Amino acid sequence: MSSEPKISVSELKAYYGREQILMSVSMEIPPRMILGIIGPAGSGKTTFLRCLNRLNDLVPGFRTEGRIQLDGQDIYHPGFEAVGLRKRVGMLFALPVPLPKSIYENVVYGPRLSGIGDRNRLDQLVEASLKSAFIWDEVKDRLHSPAMRLSGGQQQRLCLARILAMEPEVILLDEPCSGLDPISTAKIEEALTILKERYTIILVTNNTKQAARVADQTAFFLMGSLIEHGPTQELFTVPRDSRTGDYITGRFG
Amino acid sequence: MRIPPKHTQRAAVLVMGLATLFTLAILVFIILFVLEKGLPVVSLKFLFTNPQDMGKSGGILPTLVGTILLTLVAVAIATPLGVGTAIYLTEYTRESRITRIIRFGADCLAGIPSIIFGLFGFIFFVTILKMGWSIMSGGLTLAFMILPTIIRTAEEAIKAVPNSYREVSFSLGATRWETVQKVVLPSALPGIVTGIMLGVGRSIGETAAVIFTAGSSLRMPASLMDSARTMSVHFYILAREGISTENAYGTAAILVITILFINLTAYSLMNRFVAKNN
Amino acid sequence: MKLLGERGVQRLLAGIAFSAISALLLIALFIIKEGLPFIIGYGPAKFLLASDWNPQLGRFGIWPMIVASVWVTLGAMLVGAPLGVACAAYLTEFVPRRVMGVVKPTIELLAGIPSVVYGFIGVMVLAPLIRSSLGGPGLSVLAGAAILGVMILPTIISISIDSIQAVPNSYREGSLALGATRWQTTYMVTIPAAKSGIIASIILGMGRAIGETMAVIMVAGNAVKIPGSPLDSVRTLTANIALEMGYATGRHREALFATGVVLLVIIMILNSLAGMAIRKRAAKR
Repeated sequence: MSSEPKISVSELKAYYGREQILMSVSMEIPPRMILGIIGPAGSGKTTFLRCLNRLNDLVPGFRTEGRIQLDGQDIYHPGFEAVGLRKRVGMLFALPVPLPKSIYENVVYGPRLSGIGDRNRLDQLVEASLKSAFIWDEVKDRLHSPAMRLSGGQQQRLCLARILAMEPEVILLDEPCSGLDPISTAKIEEALTILKERYTIILVTNNTKQAARVADQTAFFLMGSLIEHGPTQELFTVPRDSRTGDYITGRFG
Repeated sequence: MRIPPKHTQRAAVLVMGLATLFTLAILVFIILFVLEKGLPVVSLKFLFTNPQDMGKSGGILPTLVGTILLTLVAVAIATPLGVGTAIYLTEYTRESRITRIIRFGADCLAGIPSIIFGLFGFIFFVTILKMGWSIMSGGLTLAFMILPTIIRTAEEAIKAVPNSYREVSFSLGATRWETVQKVVLPSALPGIVTGIMLGVGRSIGETAAVIFTAGSSLRMPASLMDSARTMSVHFYILAREGISTENAYGTAAILVITILFINLTAYSLMNRFVAKNN
Repeated sequence: MKLLGERGVQRLLAGIAFSAISALLLIALFIIKEGLPFIIGYGPAKFLLASDWNPQLGRFGIWPMIVASVWVTLGAMLVGAPLGVACAAYLTEFVPRRVMGVVKPTIELLAGIPSVVYGFIGVMVLAPLIRSSLGGPGLSVLAGAAILGVMILPTIISISIDSIQAVPNSYREGSLALGATRWQTTYMVTIPAAKSGIIASIILGMGRAIGETMAVIMVAGNAVKIPGSPLDSVRTLTANIALEMGYATGRHREALFATGVVLLVIIMILNSLAGMAIRKRAAKR
């Protein structure tokens, strides 16, 4: 890891009202690879993820301390616009949420917001994004039918395509396969391993095996703290912290 | 001696059932009565010819036009205000003293009797703003009157839009207003339309607030600054001054059919909206 | 909207959000501005409690109208409240959900029937019936109360149903499990639990009844006198305003606005009471 970190987090604390969710997390995330984040429910991994695109700003009573830098810029700096940040940092949610529009309109939602109006350009974007998300062949004949009609697994891949169409730099995934069948999960994982050549991907997952399969680096969260962060291979075979080992082998959580 | 609970239950159910039946019977009777007496009078000619002799004979065309124009003015003014208020309350602010004041205002406004709206419209729009008895004065007064209905239903509809839609939109780099425009409002549209339809129904049926603000001229209005007589006012004058019972029934039948149709559409829209969101 | 920017849109919406409260204040302001000086000038006690209303002679006592409004409204409550609450209880607790799903919208639909139509039915059907069976002029307190009682039914039923439905099912199950019949459960558990909502519905219905104008003008007879029996003809506060507004000038018109002030105050009190009842219900959750 010789290159500059894509994201660097230092002493990040997060609170919902009085309750502290994150206890001073520091971490450097290198570009163009997959970081897996694992940990039991309530360990703060989703909160951490939602800090990276400032989606938590919308939650009443939420606040953070510490610093998150994207390419060296502080994203919580008052002069840094959250809207611009979210165009650079896409997010895939646990449950697929297609907007109540057509497949096509879902994909071009982000590009349209960025002011792309040219029909040909949009058409190209739609095709490229859907192909990258491994769903093009299934929907190419019905781009203008409602996205709601797709199956759950197709919907989640559509949501991935919708993010790719924004041409972001970072993709955040919040347990994206928790509601999907094994085949859809495999397709998403396959897409991710190809996408990591172009994007920085951060994957929060409840499924430790998924992290072991696709992540280059893995971080383990427990009760709001980052316990361990390192190459996946190492973390899974020779964990430095005994709690990591306990979690991976299923002795608690 | 104690009466067994089974018997009191049977008696209570009987009494309540009869009360329910009675209520429904009265309400249904009113509609059937009006339709039975009124429908024979109603024809295309009745709808589309001018009244003769103060309405003793002839049709109701000018009152039809007056009603439509007045309602359009009211809805055109109340909709942006009402929907805007609802958007502000749901999307742009959190529960606070200010939102409580805004809701309190809307609730109070909803409770004000129509005659008070009439008095206000008369003194404010007709007299002070010198709009005279006109469709404009009447429409503005009605806009105030239906504003709470539109706020309430629009707020409910917007609240029913799943929060995940908003999160997705924000996460794709949309601003708040873009999210409202492209995701929230389209999803809430049927509910919002319901509120507007209910407002239309109230506008059509209103008399007290209209008679002192739009006047009761039977001539065909040529502009929004002309006085006009709505169907409700026309019906009231025909019935109360004993001009023509027959034409009164005819007008009443049209009023009732129109309003029931509008409200029915509004409710079925709402139902489909609710079903879709669940 | 693009031109305004996010900030601009937010400010615009914040401004719009105050439209309802501004409308309310504007209405209150102008009614009070037109009416209050008259009340003070004429003497509040004389205005409210004197029994002679004779605008030609400069006498403006609204006591008969106040009494009439109270009589007609109380009468309407006597008709509307028991019927409405019984209906609501029956529909929520004793019929299948599907029946209720049809009946409730039907009743709400009927709330849209214009008040003039109710009034007309009162004149054509009810008043002659009262005249022939009970005597008197027919157009009377009784006729007004009956028509208003029916008019407020949809309000009472709809809000009562909502509040009875909001009672948690565990309450009912708890009572039924102790061996209570469905009816015992309804009147000992469910209705008390929904009490504040039901009271709010009755108060709101009361507000509608006292503020109703056109229907009352048509059926109550409009004689300015204190009624001696339910069969007497009366004129309510609202009817007084609507009947004379068309030609009133000068002090007479001010007196009508002053009547409006009285009406507004009564309505505001009723609304705050209903609001309190509803908030109490919300606080209990």
